[in-house]
Amino acid sequence: MKSVAIVGASLAGLSTARALRAQGFGGRLTIVGAEPHRPYDRPPLSKEFLAGQMTTADLALEGDGEDLDADWRLGVAATRLEQGRSLRIALADGSAVEADGVVIATGAVARTLGGDLGGVHTLRTIEDAATLRADLDAARRLVVIGAGFIGAEVACVARTLGLDVTIVEAAPAPFARALGPEMGAALAGLHEDHGVRLICGAAVRGLTGEGRVDGVLLEDGRRLDADVVLVGIGARPVVEWLDGSGVRVGDGVVCDTGGATSMPGVVAVGDCAAWFDPALGAHLRVEHWTGAARRPATAARTLLSGGAAVPDTLAPPYLWSDQYGMRVQFAGHTLPGDEVSVEEGDLASRRFLAVYRREGRTVAVLGVDQPRSFTRWRRRVNEPAGAR
Amino acid sequence: MIPACPLAALPRGEALRVETDPPIAVFHTEDGELYAVDDTCTHQDASLADGWLEGCEVECPLHASRFDLRTGRVDAPPAKLPVRTHQVVVQDETVYIVPSDLPPNLPPGVRTGSA
Repeated sequence: MKSVAIVGASLAGLSTARALRAQGFGGRLTIVGAEPHRPYDRPPLSKEFLAGQMTTADLALEGDGEDLDADWRLGVAATRLEQGRSLRIALADGSAVEADGVVIATGAVARTLGGDLGGVHTLRTIEDAATLRADLDAARRLVVIGAGFIGAEVACVARTLGLDVTIVEAAPAPFARALGPEMGAALAGLHEDHGVRLICGAAVRGLTGEGRVDGVLLEDGRRLDADVVLVGIGARPVVEWLDGSGVRVGDGVVCDTGGATSMPGVVAVGDCAAWFDPALGAHLRVEHWTGAARRPATAARTLLSGGAAVPDTLAPPYLWSDQYGMRVQFAGHTLPGDEVSVEEGDLASRRFLAVYRREGRTVAVLGVDQPRSFTRWRRRVNEPAGAR
Repeated sequence: MIPACPLAALPRGEALRVETDPPIAVFHTEDGELYAVDDTCTHQDASLADGWLEGCEVECPLHASRFDLRTGRVDAPPAKLPVRTHQVVVQDETVYIVPSDLPPNLPPGVRTGSA
């Protein structure tokens, strides 16, 4: 393989570039990024960066003096992938990149509610975080639509800034998709302790205001006053540019356990990729930072070996969140019906470690302010039943 | 020299956080060696004493960068900078730390009390 093009210049793309070079790839390397920035770290955007404790420079993912000997094409999105004698990526500025191998790392974009009212935000990029922060500074009331982690973290920062905060969630319990209803409710208590109003089982009918948002209208007829609205209803993978390419796409780019797509010479990593997870027996798109940082080493091996390399064992998905000074950590994947038990601490104190089991096997673990225990329990996720 | 703990209070395979400024983590490896490094990961605010100790390396509990306890060197991102190491002395069954004179590599947003 003489040339590789990486489409996507965030954590997954950068990590793949590093892995390719570390694994001895000496050919031409092109990195395409839709955003104009060098790779930057996104998790702090809803935490320390939004809170003003980190600067733009602090977000840089590259080390001082790090040189991957790559041709960076930043600020231009890929529009099409074509397979001829080599692989060809068409870019939005009319130019194209040809390569023997392609890494799809185009990530995801925030889902929106549509409309163009001022004061309505999503949070995905550094510009999103900066404009949200400016709006929060001038606001009194924040409504967060969607009780997921980004919404929860923004709610937390807004509370520390003194705003009145309401979180609205359509599901009966917050954080239920990631943590299950029981632990979702436990984490919700943490927010209520800090004065956040939480409304669950309430679908949003629409936003009100002329030019600028002034309220959120619920399906049950209630109206919540708002100066700022954060829409945190998930993200969708950036895969439209692959239409007509022949690369198989479902909820994200469909990949095997090594990151190989349906097209030879093409792998996918990060938020846009749905790798086959043997522990789950299904393809699963994982939007976590750790997957974007760790899986590229496997994908790079897959690409350089032409698919001959045996993939590493897939580490369980892992996420962390910082809320009100508490560190929330979760590893694994939970499904409805998993048994959940609190193994350390207790729910009332909001400091606990909970273990999720399916047919006697540990499938996930949640720690709230229990980093040391979590470190140990995390290693048991997906071990065969009765291994310890 | 700062007293950390009685040697008996730190079994092999365990770690201890000492509330200095900045805090220091002391590790007792399975092989019986004692090492001390700054407790805070150089990437983000996480306690290395809470991390996973394997051989002479500790894995950060938050993002799994691994630090070599002998040199402070980090093996993989997200951490980019080594963690500062300190000398450990055992006297009369007590573990002491001789703090380094070098500046620490603390993550953004974390400051020492004096800085």
